[in-house]
Amino acid sequence: MEAGGVVTRLGSSLGPTRLRRGDVVNVVVITAGVLFVVLALPGMLSPYWILTATSAVIYSVVALGLGLLVGRVGMISLGQGAVLALGGWVGARLMFATSLPYPIILVLTGLMTMVLGTMIGLPALRVSGLYLALVTLMLAGAITVVLLDTNFPNGGHGFIGYNDISTGTPPSIRRPSIATSDPSFFRYTVIVALLMFLLALWHIRGKPGRAWAAIRQSEPAALAAGVNVTVYKMWAFALASFVTGVAGALLASSSHLLYSYQFPTSQSIVLFAVVLMGGIYTLWGAVVAGVLLQILPGAFTVWGISSDWATILFGVGVLQVLTTAPAGIAHQLPRDLAKLGRLIFGLAKRLTPAGGRAR
Amino acid sequence: MIEIADLTVRFGGVIPLDGMSVTFESGTCGLIGPNGAGKTTFFNVLSGFVKPATGSVRAFGENLLAMPHFRRSRWGLRRTFQTEQAIEELSVYENVAMVHEHSKQGRSTRRSDVLGAIEFVGLQAGPETKVGTLGARDRRLVEVARAVVGKPRLVLLDEPAAGLPDEETAHLAGVIRQIPEHMGALVILVDHDMSLVSACCGVTAVLDFGVVIASGPTADVLRDEKVMRAYLGTEEIV
Repeated sequence: MEAGGVVTRLGSSLGPTRLRRGDVVNVVVITAGVLFVVLALPGMLSPYWILTATSAVIYSVVALGLGLLVGRVGMISLGQGAVLALGGWVGARLMFATSLPYPIILVLTGLMTMVLGTMIGLPALRVSGLYLALVTLMLAGAITVVLLDTNFPNGGHGFIGYNDISTGTPPSIRRPSIATSDPSFFRYTVIVALLMFLLALWHIRGKPGRAWAAIRQSEPAALAAGVNVTVYKMWAFALASFVTGVAGALLASSSHLLYSYQFPTSQSIVLFAVVLMGGIYTLWGAVVAGVLLQILPGAFTVWGISSDWATILFGVGVLQVLTTAPAGIAHQLPRDLAKLGRLIFGLAKRLTPAGGRAR
Repeated sequence: MIEIADLTVRFGGVIPLDGMSVTFESGTCGLIGPNGAGKTTFFNVLSGFVKPATGSVRAFGENLLAMPHFRRSRWGLRRTFQTEQAIEELSVYENVAMVHEHSKQGRSTRRSDVLGAIEFVGLQAGPETKVGTLGARDRRLVEVARAVVGKPRLVLLDEPAAGLPDEETAHLAGVIRQIPEHMGALVILVDHDMSLVSACCGVTAVLDFGVVIASGPTADVLRDEKVMRAYLGTEEIV
């Protein structure tokens, strides 16, 4: 009974429902951030930047999916760009073919992409590391080739849904009826992205997250602890594909029309590099990655520099992150800012004592 | 009780287990032998990582080899590894709860079972401490807590005291000795530290080149001439 007493004492300090201090800070910061982004930001941006910011939010969801695979489970997939294209294709086809409410389209697109993306993840059961990266890259290449041949749906008939329209503008992919304008669609995208992040967080904090952590640490140890490694690896691919599929549907609506050349196979590699740069161990890293992927090339275009330079910058960035901060910018930036703050504070303290006393 | 009969494992031309037969009745049982004797291979067979060429393993009347590897933990088989495998990024509580989640035990007893296991191994660090911040001894204790949570039936400890200083090994010995009584499991302990094996194990079996060369009460086994020869090498040196 002695042990029972200790258990209760320990238990009182570890309520599962009690929020940790870090959680409270996070919730306050995120709520304030989302409110600012949804309410104030669209009013401050030009139409060009609203579209760019919408893309940044969408790509942060894509980065979230890849971050889950790499950071949580330790599986490197270079096929996520293709999964995004699949999501775009499925979403566009569903929107042209049905008049279903937009949220239902999003969920259906997520589920269908989940099935397809999980198939891309099947090799992960047999190979890992560099070979998994290569296999997923080749699959992505295959999907790109198929898409180049079939094109994205543009309101045509049949399974493919493509009409070769040589004159006039093709019908555009619709947006939710409550968010047809660019600013309101941006807000809509932010809310959907937030839901995707919460879905991921719910998984990470729960049983799957612990199982993934076990697999990443050591597969034999995870097996010995009773984790069905096959199921949980596929689960990670399913979740990553679901959120990427939803992102694909949003992307389709955002630009009203998708073209095959928007999804080169190399995009998956750049995506992986930028996700590493952002940080794969926290969800913030995905936000940073989305911003880097879209805002940076956007800014380059505005400054009259070719946006291709961003690729070179990403290469240098990956090198810098891997050598100085393996946990990415999401971890490095707050740490370095805190350091800088302490430095400034220390300097200020050293300079003021005389004046302080005089007063 | 676990009965191993005629267990043979072949890796190409290498035969790490060569017709191993032994029975462990209850309590904490030792399994010793020189490097390369087949101890870890034996554990890997029990865990399902290695498929034996021949032989059978009956644990508490059930055919262990017929179960898929990830199911064996649910059945009640637990193990630790030579290199400690506690999950760095999770807290102590989550590390242990993770094993409980995949055991047969229900959610209702999870908190008390997990905290009970942490208490049982005598871990001083709080349950919410990240394992990555713990020292070697505490990480070993987290691993042992993972191995005993949720009513295990068979606990395999692979050199749990490797790299620990003497006083910490003594604490670990105290914990290991109590596992059968407190958790109701049969423990098989592999270690090179004879003081740990002597302190924990009533009976011990000795493996050499994949064959059990002696088994019985630990004190007798350690005095056995064949065992000394296996450990120390040639007769001339003895």
